[in-house]
Amino acid sequence: MPPSFEEIREQGIDRWRGLTQGTRPWVRIGTALCGKAAGADAVVASIVERMDQKHVSAMVSEVGCLGPCFAEPLVDVSMPDGSRVVYRNVTPELATRIVDSHLLEGQPLADAALGVIGNQLNGSIPSLWDHPMMKPQRRIALRNAGQVDPMDIHQYAANDGYAALHKALTEMTPDEVRQEVSDSGLRGRGGAAFPTGTKWNFLAGANDPVKYILVNCEEGDPGAFNDKGILESDPHSLIEGVILAGYATGATKGYVFIRHGHDGPIDRTWRAIEQARQLGILGRNIFGSNFCFDMEVSLTGDSYVAGEETALMESIEGKRAMPRFRPPFPAQIGLFGKPSNINNVKTLAYVPQIILNGGRWFAGIGQDRSTGTAILCLSGDLTYSGMAEVPMGMTLRQVVDEIGGGVPNGKALKLLQTGGPLGGVLSAVDLDIALDFDAMSKAGAILGSGGLIAASEDACVVDLTRALIAFCQYESCGKCFPCRTGMTHLLEVLERICRMDSTPEDMTLMGRVGRSMQAGSLCGHGQLGFNPVSSAVRYFREEFEQHLNDKVCPTGTCPGSWHSPTRVRR
Amino acid sequence: MTSNAESLRNRAFQAIRGQKPETVTVLSCLLAVEDELGYIPPEAAEEVARVTGSTINDVWGVASFYTNFQFQPPGRHRVEVCWGPTCHVKGVMPVIRQVMDILGIDGEGATEDGNVSLRFNTCLGACANGPVISVDHHLMGRITPDGARHVLEEIRNGIPSEDDGAS
Repeated sequence: MPPSFEEIREQGIDRWRGLTQGTRPWVRIGTALCGKAAGADAVVASIVERMDQKHVSAMVSEVGCLGPCFAEPLVDVSMPDGSRVVYRNVTPELATRIVDSHLLEGQPLADAALGVIGNQLNGSIPSLWDHPMMKPQRRIALRNAGQVDPMDIHQYAANDGYAALHKALTEMTPDEVRQEVSDSGLRGRGGAAFPTGTKWNFLAGANDPVKYILVNCEEGDPGAFNDKGILESDPHSLIEGVILAGYATGATKGYVFIRHGHDGPIDRTWRAIEQARQLGILGRNIFGSNFCFDMEVSLTGDSYVAGEETALMESIEGKRAMPRFRPPFPAQIGLFGKPSNINNVKTLAYVPQIILNGGRWFAGIGQDRSTGTAILCLSGDLTYSGMAEVPMGMTLRQVVDEIGGGVPNGKALKLLQTGGPLGGVLSAVDLDIALDFDAMSKAGAILGSGGLIAASEDACVVDLTRALIAFCQYESCGKCFPCRTGMTHLLEVLERICRMDSTPEDMTLMGRVGRSMQAGSLCGHGQLGFNPVSSAVRYFREEFEQHLNDKVCPTGTCPGSWHSPTRVRR
Repeated sequence: MTSNAESLRNRAFQAIRGQKPETVTVLSCLLAVEDELGYIPPEAAEEVARVTGSTINDVWGVASFYTNFQFQPPGRHRVEVCWGPTCHVKGVMPVIRQVMDILGIDGEGATEDGNVSLRFNTCLGACANGPVISVDHHLMGRITPDGARHVLEEIRNGIPSEDDGAS
């Protein structure tokens, strides 16, 4: 007999109380991909070794990403008295000093701190939530990120975890769950911004005993890491969202689709699924109801197009990730021929909070038809890079200047690359656009999955366009020839321009190729594939002309030492 | 030679059998084999075809589509360099140049002595700390050409990286 929801919740609250108000300090170390890339593994080893040497008794947990990735590795020390200090850019050597001074002597190292959470410690260290990157945030999907141990289901349960699922299964019909999601105005966060409630209604209307919820965490967009971030930081929020989606639509199984090789997110998702199974939250008769649902992780190889929803289904079926023709739409004939819904990780991670607090609560955040928050990944030439969740409606300029802290070293911002490589670029003079699906698309930009890459005045826009097209060429799946050969042509032309070996006719040629790609491709990769070029030319025509006519690269980047791996199909 | 082929076949079969997901496909089998062997030898492709009831052409068709699959034995150490747009903006090109110069190769592949194989990756997922390289599945962010030189020297001098053999 699996434990009841009340028992799970009570055990969770006990666990949480023991960690936060117990007799021992609790040390949380961020070991998401951002933390690991900054050297968090060595910091964990150093802290554990030092505690051992000095016979310090404390709990040590590996957590996900709190958001300020620029300050990784982060070490978050909470003491039994309730004080909590987050240290920034921790090296193994600094980790040793944190153990000696903070854990042993009770003396926080103010100089090395990023901020405190909760008690102010006599004001010697500013509050983390007053940090420019953290202050404008409103955390819904990221509420637990960096706060809970992602591999402990009880810590999730202690923080309202699985309460929405329990509420839905005991008090709500599937229709009511879908209505709540429709009322929230939630739109898909993977890029297409399709209303989630409507999508779920399509699947609910399909008459088949076997239906699937497919979670898209392919996330091949360079500059986007928030899906992986959620899986690494709070996988149970996704799992709860998937089960709710399954209940609302009558689906029987969920697949989480991740690219092979991202071991952190994959392992943590598997662990979370297994814990949920052990407690009867996945499996037969969940929380004593008639509802049965299970999940597994499906891995894909390296292929950007696998993130397209029909190509994703081909990949789960083990084939080449090439898009299918539509219709039939996935909600009619999807994975293994069964009705399926494909949702992004972020979209589903909102659902538990929407069910708990009501659709109208969510609809009250954000602006117009873009309700809720945007989960952004900031990277490139910014002072503060990382993951942030802000209400929709904030302008891109506010995001860059406030959350991103502007460009370091007094340089000026030149452009922003949003929504993945296919989203193209926006000029720095044109950033008074609100984070809003409709406002951004009106301005010719895509919010996409939330990746924002900033480039300073030192960047050459022609060189960057070449790099973006090199990516698109490499990742074209090859099914539609206008995309497959068009990308290769575009790359050849751009390489000529960068080598100062081009003529003005090349611009006309690129335009013709771009129009053919748009007209003759099955999926967004080819349809939007000319965006990087057209947006760059729209904002920076002069810079292209300097390369073409005067054979001059104003930033001195071209023809520098670049290398584009080109894909040749076997 | 025969015994080597048999051993490859056997290891491939064990990897295919030991998969965690319930949904076993050509792709899932190939990924399991690559995790175990580091590449897809013909013997392994035959095993995948046999277990999944596919044709050998189907298997090669899938294997040649996904860019992660290699068909030659990898070097003892694996270096991946991200060349995605963020890493590009953050200056990965001089790092790539440096890595290729030190390894004495001009693009993806293994060094002559079989010690290191180089791959390009379109995104290693730690963009906020770009440019990023990965050595034997161990991510390193904020890498400079000098940092890359240091890492490659450590590999050449036989200092195993922390994650050695993790794949």
